[in-house]
Amino acid sequence: MSKHFKLKRGLDIRLKGGAEAVLGSVSQIRTVALKPTDFPGLTPKLKVKADMQVKAGDALFFDKYHPDILFSSPVSGTVKAINRGERRKILEIVVESDGKMESLVFSKADPSSLSREQVKTQLLQSGLWPFLKQRPYGILAKTADVPKNIFISCFDSAPLAPDYSFIMKGQEKMLQTGINALAKLTDGKVFLGLPDGNAGFFGQLKNVETNIFSGPHPSGVVGIQIHQVSPINKGEIVWTINLPDVLFIGRLFETGKIDMSKIIALTGSEVDAPKYYPTIHGACLEGLLANKTKKDVNERFISGNVLTGTLVEHDDFLGFFDHQLTVIPEGDKYEFMGWADPGFNKFTASKTFISKLFPKKSYVLDANLHGGERAFVLSGQYEKYLPMDILPVYLLKAILANDIDKMEQLGIYEIVEEDLALCEYACTSKVKVQDIVRQGLDLMMKELG
Amino acid sequence: MKFIQKFFENTKPYVQKGAKYQWLHSVHDGVFTLFFVQKNTSKSGSHIHDYIDLKRTMGLVVLALVPALLMGMYNTGFQHFVAVGELSGVGFMEIFLYGFLRVLPVIMVSYIVGLGIEFIFAQYRGHEIQEGFLVSGMLIPMIMPINTPLWMVAISTAFAVVFVKEVFGGTGMNIWNPALVARAFLFFAYPSQMSGDSVWVSLGGKQAIDGFSGATPMAEAAAGHPNIDVWNSFIGLIPGSIGETSTLAILIGAAILIITGIGSWKIMLSTFAGGAVMGLILNSFAGSNAYMALPFWEHFIIGGFAFGAVFMATDPVSGSQTERGKWIYGFLIGILAILIRVVNPAYPEGMMLAILLMNTFAPLVDHYVVEGSIKKRLKRVKVNA
Repeated sequence: MSKHFKLKRGLDIRLKGGAEAVLGSVSQIRTVALKPTDFPGLTPKLKVKADMQVKAGDALFFDKYHPDILFSSPVSGTVKAINRGERRKILEIVVESDGKMESLVFSKADPSSLSREQVKTQLLQSGLWPFLKQRPYGILAKTADVPKNIFISCFDSAPLAPDYSFIMKGQEKMLQTGINALAKLTDGKVFLGLPDGNAGFFGQLKNVETNIFSGPHPSGVVGIQIHQVSPINKGEIVWTINLPDVLFIGRLFETGKIDMSKIIALTGSEVDAPKYYPTIHGACLEGLLANKTKKDVNERFISGNVLTGTLVEHDDFLGFFDHQLTVIPEGDKYEFMGWADPGFNKFTASKTFISKLFPKKSYVLDANLHGGERAFVLSGQYEKYLPMDILPVYLLKAILANDIDKMEQLGIYEIVEEDLALCEYACTSKVKVQDIVRQGLDLMMKELG
Repeated sequence: MKFIQKFFENTKPYVQKGAKYQWLHSVHDGVFTLFFVQKNTSKSGSHIHDYIDLKRTMGLVVLALVPALLMGMYNTGFQHFVAVGELSGVGFMEIFLYGFLRVLPVIMVSYIVGLGIEFIFAQYRGHEIQEGFLVSGMLIPMIMPINTPLWMVAISTAFAVVFVKEVFGGTGMNIWNPALVARAFLFFAYPSQMSGDSVWVSLGGKQAIDGFSGATPMAEAAAGHPNIDVWNSFIGLIPGSIGETSTLAILIGAAILIITGIGSWKIMLSTFAGGAVMGLILNSFAGSNAYMALPFWEHFIIGGFAFGAVFMATDPVSGSQTERGKWIYGFLIGILAILIRVVNPAYPEGMMLAILLMNTFAPLVDHYVVEGSIKKRLKRVKVNA
């Protein structure tokens, strides 16, 4: 019997440009890339050179400090370029697809009949291991650990988020196989967070423990769900994985091949007809975005959602964990006396604009900060958007003061950036909440290993 | 609009660091951001940000102060014409205009001195000009008696801005409410000029009529013979500091703060609750003491209780910052304010000291709330272990 958690705190930001439940078509994906920068704290070491031939599943690079963690190519083809940034930091490894999708062959097996070591080896060798994230710290799962539990959220509550049951339609079997594989990795359980109401085939999955979460965003954020079900204490480790990524694991065990095709939602107010498109893990955005945006204003492209996504260029690549692309106006323009505007058209979390009295169905929001950065002034603001038993401002101040004891006492192990993203949106003082959280997590890792 | 924007954009290079007019940088930035929300966009973290900023927040507090300010202006004129015995001969506009002309210089002095210091500090530190003083600069004149000499207003404002705000690091960093410290500074530095019955009513050089005392209801009550005209006290037609007299106008301000979510209703409510509880306790020990026997709700309409509860106690920076702490903080302000009023005859008004005292203790209250959260977390580990 699953428990129902009714979350009150949070906010659904009603943005224009939600994806219609229709699958569009795009021209074939030419290039894909992996970006080591998608993994905080990772030091990549290359396994390939430019112009080398690779198959899907061939490792492109590995983790310098955990050499068994490989990151493999999603397609077969040629390594086209290794793009570096400042101080020769590796930014992306670009692979040009030959269109054949040839994959390395792995063993085909029912994970339920395999041992933990066998499942682990298969995941590591195929390069699917990096989809597993560890909490605390929100980093790559370590191969030596056995997590207390594995948590998966079955819905994404972020603004304009893709509908998981749509992008995974008809793949129940693969999903179940993937979950069976994950169940092997933990001594505890695989916890699923289901949405309230129609959970579709996610409700029928076996080998899992389910909980139901209702309420506004961030009810679908896995960190919030963990906190409700079984909060992380010092010394404990749990793993998380995005539900759609479990499909890759399922396919690996079902077919013995790497198949990283996926469906993403193209969303946002600047997209002409927001809908879903089939693509490949790490695909180049150029083909995806071609002729699909309005181009009325300066556009901002985001791999992911507006709260936690990564700022990208139109010829950049899809992020490792992203199933959504968002295009919103950049908003790099002055606004005369904007702070004094009654605000009929301004969606707000506060109650200081008229739009609160006459709510519309959806709003266009741009990337402007709408004000200067200040010290913390107002109180009680963040708590409204964080359904956790945590005092966010005190935790953030502890981080800013580099006070490790206080950070630990106030619950740093329970959070990663995305849990507090909504606080950053709503903040009057424009505090960079997610940057501060990452700074704190990095410090904890450095000091405590 | 375009040409103002052009002007500021074109002049911006000249006030950058190292440029010819770099000493104007903060002023330029302050005025530019006042006219235009800047075009800065998110570079990391969340891509979207709420439209609310500190300017709007502070602007709304000032808006909430306006009813009390207007009533204060009218009352200044009203008290004047009552004192000189000419009330029957003047109209509404004349009364208001008199008050307006008396109050305006106080406001101007407060803003010019306070903002001047803000600008200098912002420039010196290389900060943006912060909005906190928009509210403080309005609060200071509103809690001054009308006959406060302008030089005293200037000195107290300067003291408050420099020693209560800037030395701690500016808006958001201060321990006490700057406006209240400005008032407390005058109260203790110039006691003879700041108390008694002559400071509350502007005579404008004329002679008061025979029998006019000018004493506030607070002073009368402290002297042991409370004589409260409930209706006039509620509307605000009694002698007192400029902005504090009209409970009605303050309640309108409170409504604005609560509806917009800017002022904490928890603090307001718990302050009044604390005042009520202390009033009732004193009632039960009253005996023949008429002040102790005063019904608690009459405390709310005289002196600065309502003004303090709505506009001073709710200062998010100097007040309690945890939700549970806010209840305790407000409640103790109410208790202390009435206690000081009634029991300590040296200070007719207890609100100022009660709030400053609780400002001092707010971090302690918060400390225990935070400790509570920490203990809960530790307990969880033990249960699991």
